[in-house]
Amino acid sequence: MPTNTNFAEQINLAQHQAMRDDPSMISMGLGIDDPKGIFNTTTGLAEAFGEERVFDTPTSENAMTGVGIGAAIAGSRVLMTHQRVDFFLLAMDQLVNNAAKWHYMFNGTMSVPLTIRLIIGRGWGQGPTHQQSLQSWFTHIPGLKVVVPSLTDNVGQLLYNAIMDNNPTIFLEHRWLHNQQANEDICKPLKQKPSSIRKHISGDDITIISNSYMLLESLKAAEILKFMGVSCEVLEISEPSNTQLTDVYDSVNKTGSVLVTDISHSHYSVASELITSITENCFSQLKVAPIRLGLPNYPEPTSFGLTKGFYNEADDIVIAVANVFNKNHVKSSPLTKHDVPGDWFKGPF
Amino acid sequence: MSDLIELYRQTLRIRLVEEEIAKRYSEQKMRCPTHLSIGQEAVAVGVSSLLSNQDKAYSSHRAHAHYLAKGGCLNKLIAELYGKETGCTAGRGGSMHLSDLDVGFVASTAIVANSIPLAVGNALHQQVQKKAEISIAYFGDGATEEGAFYESTNFAAVKKLPILFVCENNQYSVYTPLKPRQPEGRSITRLAQEIGIKSIAVDGNDINQVINATQELLNHVRSGLGPALIECHTYRHREHCGPHFDDDLNYRPRVDIERWLANDPLFKMTQELAKQNNWSAIKADIEKELMLEIHSAFDFAENSPFPDPKQNNNYLYAN
Repeated sequence: MPTNTNFAEQINLAQHQAMRDDPSMISMGLGIDDPKGIFNTTTGLAEAFGEERVFDTPTSENAMTGVGIGAAIAGSRVLMTHQRVDFFLLAMDQLVNNAAKWHYMFNGTMSVPLTIRLIIGRGWGQGPTHQQSLQSWFTHIPGLKVVVPSLTDNVGQLLYNAIMDNNPTIFLEHRWLHNQQANEDICKPLKQKPSSIRKHISGDDITIISNSYMLLESLKAAEILKFMGVSCEVLEISEPSNTQLTDVYDSVNKTGSVLVTDISHSHYSVASELITSITENCFSQLKVAPIRLGLPNYPEPTSFGLTKGFYNEADDIVIAVANVFNKNHVKSSPLTKHDVPGDWFKGPF
Repeated sequence: MSDLIELYRQTLRIRLVEEEIAKRYSEQKMRCPTHLSIGQEAVAVGVSSLLSNQDKAYSSHRAHAHYLAKGGCLNKLIAELYGKETGCTAGRGGSMHLSDLDVGFVASTAIVANSIPLAVGNALHQQVQKKAEISIAYFGDGATEEGAFYESTNFAAVKKLPILFVCENNQYSVYTPLKPRQPEGRSITRLAQEIGIKSIAVDGNDINQVINATQELLNHVRSGLGPALIECHTYRHREHCGPHFDDDLNYRPRVDIERWLANDPLFKMTQELAKQNNWSAIKADIEKELMLEIHSAFDFAENSPFPDPKQNNNYLYAN
């Protein structure tokens, strides 16, 4: 009888395993050992490994990031957690000028085994400064690795491998994924190397590339499109910093069309970059112009009355694809409120 | 007296290295921004005289003295300024990114205050791993205006980390004096004390004062009582960045310049050492020996090859 698990629990398990496997590992973050345990993702760590290795910090994002980098250079393996990406922006000096460049700048003599978990918010009034998806910023910096998990089955594997990697890695978790349920028996072994590109559905007519919460919407959209007679191939890219895109080119060369949907603004995004690479490598096989589906080029407003339609859902993907194949699709009304992932999320963040 | 001779030798060595760099800078072979330590050498020599190779130091943009006093390889420093394969980072970092791990000089970095948190992180590692050694963070007065300074010293105090903060207060951030930067009467020492750090202010050009205060603070740090800070009042002789004197620009009061030049660390040491028999002969021998070493380091740098640009994408990621 398979046991049920969820995304947050898998994140928690991966940290426990890493702390056990590397006695030099420390884990820090504001609220990491508080009663809510960062949405239950860090619950039990301080009890299991002691307050010397797992500890709360001052509200000092910039210096604490540098402290993590300095400890990592000295030989600790370091994991840091922030409840929202947006607060971490105070630490860009340490991340960009030190963590990303250290191994390169000192000619390979030192390395920075540091992972930084950043949680992305959405909806329920998160507003302009609690919901930013900045993976394209981080991926733009040479020397950083960027991981964007989507599904419960491999989030633990992705985090475990990020922690065990000897490079600075940004791990971008979407808050709306934390309650995603799965059977434990489908979860990938933590210590196996993850694939950074996964094909979830095979198809012939169009390649849909996605990540994070938009992968869930893409999978739903592919099901609807199947009934409309459009065969979609759905790919997940979990490590945008990985430049090996052969699997992507193979897929697009087969289908001849591509839609990339990302959780961020389309403007200068990971989707833009992927489409550039695809166009450079698959130009002669493309039958139609590639499509980007991301957020509009303005911040997310706060009010419930302003956010409807700000995010793309499965229906928006279906409409965009249907349009390419001269089919019609009418957007259905949502079953839940548009600003929550389900009944389990009642705010505040 | 023999100790003082050695301290003098170390201080003079840094001075002569920096002067040789200044002398040759206009040849356009050292092509990177360089911040000379001339006038401020006694701080590094005094502090380092009480450290071992196991103690780990981080520094800032003006790092030559800290690097050399900690025992950093002179050949690698000069080769780095020339951008050669044999330099500290094989030409990747330049004057502001020095490193010699063999002697515990971990790194210097270019952005103001940004290596302070790294040194604190090093101290955190030392504490968690229960190591006997300590960390050193060198920085200037300008760094104490950055958030990273407050955040780092606060965390070090909370955790009682084994770190000595060394602030060289030379009163200028490039051309900007303290007046528009810090309120009148500000004492970095008192500020650090209020954050929870044992702190002492000294005349950083008086090597005995530097050594005595450092010894007292290191006793505190090494006993596990928490971090400490020494504020060393000092003065840079030349321009902020580059080989020249720049007092023709009149940004520093003439009276200050004269007072600080009279307070030059080497000059002060010489006053004491001149009482020694045969001092002029001893001094001449030291100078001769140092100049041989320095000329040999410049020859080493000049004769070393440039790194191969084909290797430019190496070490983007660690294995």
